[in-house]
Amino acid sequence: MDAKGIAERLAAELGDEVAGSELEGTDPFTLVRPESIAHVARFCHDDPELDFDNLMCLAAVDYPGDDSPRFEIVYVLFSYGKRHRHTLKVRVPREQAAVPSVEEVWGVANWHEREAYDLFGILFTGHSDLRRILLPDDWPGHPLRKDWEDPEFYNGMRVKPTEQMAQRATAGEQIGVGPFQFTPPNRHVEPS
Amino acid sequence: MATEAIPLNYGWRLEDLDDDEMILQMGPQHPATHGVLRVELKTDGEVVKDARIHIGYLHRCFEKHAESIDYAGVIPFTDRMDYVASMGNSLGYALTVERMLEIEVSPYVQTLRVIFAELQRIASHCVAVGTYTMDIGAFTPFLHLLRDREKILDLFEWTCGARLLYNYNWVGGLSHDIPQGWTRACREFLKEFDAITFPELMNLIITNKIFIKRTAEVGVLPVELAKSYDLTGPNMRGSGVPYDLRKDEPYCGYESYDFEVPVGKGEYGPPGSCFDRNIVRVREMAEGSRIIHQALDRLETLEKADVREKVPKRIKPPKVDHYGRSEAPRGHLGYYIVADGKGVQPYRVKVKSPCFTAMSVFHHLARGVFVADIIALIGSLDVVLGEIDR
Repeated sequence: MDAKGIAERLAAELGDEVAGSELEGTDPFTLVRPESIAHVARFCHDDPELDFDNLMCLAAVDYPGDDSPRFEIVYVLFSYGKRHRHTLKVRVPREQAAVPSVEEVWGVANWHEREAYDLFGILFTGHSDLRRILLPDDWPGHPLRKDWEDPEFYNGMRVKPTEQMAQRATAGEQIGVGPFQFTPPNRHVEPS
Repeated sequence: MATEAIPLNYGWRLEDLDDDEMILQMGPQHPATHGVLRVELKTDGEVVKDARIHIGYLHRCFEKHAESIDYAGVIPFTDRMDYVASMGNSLGYALTVERMLEIEVSPYVQTLRVIFAELQRIASHCVAVGTYTMDIGAFTPFLHLLRDREKILDLFEWTCGARLLYNYNWVGGLSHDIPQGWTRACREFLKEFDAITFPELMNLIITNKIFIKRTAEVGVLPVELAKSYDLTGPNMRGSGVPYDLRKDEPYCGYESYDFEVPVGKGEYGPPGSCFDRNIVRVREMAEGSRIIHQALDRLETLEKADVREKVPKRIKPPKVDHYGRSEAPRGHLGYYIVADGKGVQPYRVKVKSPCFTAMSVFHHLARGVFVADIIALIGSLDVVLGEIDR
């Protein structure tokens, strides 16, 4: 099924739960209301015509500068049987961001949602095991937010580069050395 | 903040255990965990009741770095994710950005990309199968396979100067053309691979009775579980699903090559076992060699082109977001890239790593197996921790 057909089917079957579709561009997507994403995901998975049995990617994106500051959560779906793909997007306000979990529908969402929670601080309600996954459990804050600033210290260790360290990183440029042009050695050149 | 409601949770507590149960910590520095992976096992005698994976020991938040450098500068970072198969990582990234910019590279560049991707697949599977045999107790195959991988690394070094982290696939082209005499050296390597390495590998490992007995009934991955947990690549094909992006969503002109997609058939046990995942890898090496032969033949008929011809001076995609994926040696490597249309830096880069999803299914596979089989199981999923933690 093409993107238009998928979007129309979602709009026809789910009514108000779908907030709109964008069919232009490289990745056409359907916008879903945050509170109904779990139900929409279940429908996408179970509906025999859509048959989205695979969640390829779950990504969160931070838009703090928009008119309404928001997180966007992107679900890229794929169907092994029908060989089609579609994208679902959910927009939630940045303050107290919370979305229902889709872990029950696709098992892989468990770790993807933990990652989004870890790096963005989005809460996934109904998640069975929402812990930090990549960062240490006592790490302060959520680094992939656009307004993130490195803390000075973490458990007594300096984690923010000092001015001296920053200068050292650009020492070459300051005295006019580099960037380097590398030519690979043709050491096995054979006589033609 | 909303996040403070969730308590810190380091692992199981003593209260969670029944009588006779014990917690066993495997890793993070365990030699069989392929890097720094910590597995927490709840055991009852020799039997594993439950398992928990703790990752993040190699985390350096590459995705945050990517937001502060330009598109071309991200490529060396992608190399450092799956450091055993760097060529596949940068290829996936370059393809995704090219699709955002609507750049079409020349057939010459495409053919070179195919050759390098397949050489990298062979080299990566050499490490995967070699370390796997070492995990389960055979030392010799590891040395044989690393010896042959070395020859591929020599070919890479000769082309781009690096042995492990290449920065070779650029957006719109390649960093260097192949040097004079390279194709001949590559053909010599393939000749040796087809005549000696591959038969040796089959005789030494795959048809070895000890290997079959050790792996053929361990770690069976059902298809439904594999789809739900988004396992891809050899892990998925080992369960008998013939899905390969090179065939089903072709890129780089893969549709014009003649090759087969090996799947696990369950010759010696239930399909989807550790044995099936490994035999798929080994057969893929032979198919890779077939593709390189065809690509080298094609290279002779193609007109030599400048490999940096289409490389843009300044990469600035329009406001667009795209999820692109390619068949890396370990599975489908996906990049979700958001461009805001204003800056020369990506607004957001998210990597869907095949190893990350492969590890997330681990607790299902680990329940009810012996502690010794945990080693066989981790190795057969073929994870590289640099890619899981990113």
